Amino acid sequence: MDFGPYLLLASLEGAVLAAVLSLTALGLSLVFGVMRVVNVAHGEFFMLGAVASWFVATFVDETLGAPAWLGFAVALAVAPLAVGAFAWAADRLVLERVGYDPERTIVATIGLLYIVQQATLMGFGPDARPVQPPFNHRLALPWIEWGEEGLALYWPWGLSTTSYKLFVIAAAVVLLIAVWLVLSRTRLGLVMRATQFDRETAQAFGIPVDRVFAMTFAIGAGLAAIAAVLIVPIQQAHYLMGGDPLLLSFIVVIIGGLGSLRGTVLAALLIGMSDGIISVFFSPTLAKILATLLVAMVLVFRPQGLFGARPA
Amino acid sequence: MTGLMKPGALHVGVALLLLAANFLLPEYHHGAMARVLTLAVFAMGYNVMFGYAGLLSLGHALFFAAGLYGMGLPMQHLGLAAEPAFLLGIFSGALVAAVVGALALRTAGVAFMIVTLMFAQAGYLTILYFLEYTRGDEGFVIAREARTVFGLDLAAPEVRYLAAWLLFTVAMFVVLALVRSPAGRVLVAIRENEERARMLGYDVARYKLGAIVVSGALCGAAGAAYGLLFGYVGATFASVQYSILPLLWVLLGGAGTVLGPLLGATFMFYLIDLSSGITDAYMLIAGAALVALTLFAPAGLLGELRRRACPWLP
Repeated sequence: MDFGPYLLLASLEGAVLAAVLSLTALGLSLVFGVMRVVNVAHGEFFMLGAVASWFVATFVDETLGAPAWLGFAVALAVAPLAVGAFAWAADRLVLERVGYDPERTIVATIGLLYIVQQATLMGFGPDARPVQPPFNHRLALPWIEWGEEGLALYWPWGLSTTSYKLFVIAAAVVLLIAVWLVLSRTRLGLVMRATQFDRETAQAFGIPVDRVFAMTFAIGAGLAAIAAVLIVPIQQAHYLMGGDPLLLSFIVVIIGGLGSLRGTVLAALLIGMSDGIISVFFSPTLAKILATLLVAMVLVFRPQGLFGARPA
Repeated sequence: MTGLMKPGALHVGVALLLLAANFLLPEYHHGAMARVLTLAVFAMGYNVMFGYAGLLSLGHALFFAAGLYGMGLPMQHLGLAAEPAFLLGIFSGALVAAVVGALALRTAGVAFMIVTLMFAQAGYLTILYFLEYTRGDEGFVIAREARTVFGLDLAAPEVRYLAAWLLFTVAMFVVLALVRSPAGRVLVAIRENEERARMLGYDVARYKLGAIVVSGALCGAAGAAYGLLFGYVGATFASVQYSILPLLWVLLGGAGTVLGPLLGATFMFYLIDLSSGITDAYMLIAGAALVALTLFAPAGLLGELRRRACPWLP
């Protein structure tokens, strides 16, 4: 393949990664924005979403004998709800009791990370398991080139994508718009923004801040779970799969500015696309080293712009 | 007078008890305790920064690995002898800590935790990237012939235990002297109220950086010793898990107590050791312990003891 088609292919892979990443990072960003705590177990909510998706899809397909698309559709509805409910319980049982103290919350969520990860290892096993995509048509892509007889359209070998990957991108766009609508147009969004703006005044105006926190934590986890359900037909479910999304979400959220929806989506696009493209041309390890160092340096030299007006 | 007598007697007593254990412990626990003592030095290094200076780092695996590789790489590739390699390991730990500290101290709180986490992650990935020299996750074994200090074979169980004991005892008294010195008191003052310490005229940033460098040197010493005593250098020791473990040990034993790290490391080591016989998911115990500690005993075992019964505990 020539350079041009190769770059297009890398960009498409990058766009799928960016779509999933923006949903995951948005969950992390929402939790930090409203609750002012860093949830280190966020990657495990992602992993739980993938594993729950596998259980639901397998149950529907094999036990009930339904077609693959139905299993996927049920998983898309059930997995985020289940993970959200789990996160709600975790918030009520752990985070609320440490009073959302930033440092103690981090230590507690590290503990939660290991509990969830290791419990999954016990219940789900160490194997990676696939979920059937609901549909998966191979789509060959054309490429335009200046040939001997002027512009010519041709189909380079290997330049293709699948209908499912395009569906992932579209679904992520729809979900992002939905989150934006909820935050800006509904009562729940208003209450969440009020809590983010000034916790104590919100409380004084009768907003049940503790319930808003639990709700926010559940929504954040649910977003990570949806992202995982979407990616699991492409990338199998595995108990250690939460590490990379966590790291990438951290990077996105810090570069994009914590609590800012637009910044998070833009940064996810930037990081997702460049990670996809850089990994194709360079060593992925080198790309990760540079990305982590970049995050550290941004935090060191531009903390005020990244943690909002109030330093965390 | 009791202010000096009791702690002194306690720590000398602990050191003697551990020395006696060399002759009393059965073979398996003899080897395990040598490991625990070395890891306890790692935890004590962590405690200097977290327990006394109040700086919560999530990247101490980097300092441990700096000691491990600062010792291991020159021995493996340049044929350096064990004694200078050990010193090089300590120096590497302190140097890496100084660089990371100088950068990370520009931030505070949650940002500090994330910055240290990111630096450690970059360090871990760097070790994987230079696969040719470090052998990545697989790691490399330091030949038994090379692991001799002043003619003593460190691979022999007796020598290994005594070497670990010596390292631990020296580190314990270094930390004890540090926290009872004026500089140690300033660190506690900074932990308790940074603004007030600054207003009293202390150069807060310099004391903090000092604490980080001492912490890095201790962790580097632990890493170098671990590599020498057990003969293995691998990237696992630079992974996130080894940044979380010292935090867990210190939280369990009691942050800001000299003996807490030893207690926490011993307790956790045996807990994980016992449970790994039952299940592969032994880190489940670590996770549950972390959550339980933050919820019910944020001061740790010795911290609670100090609060309730022994206010003189250093």
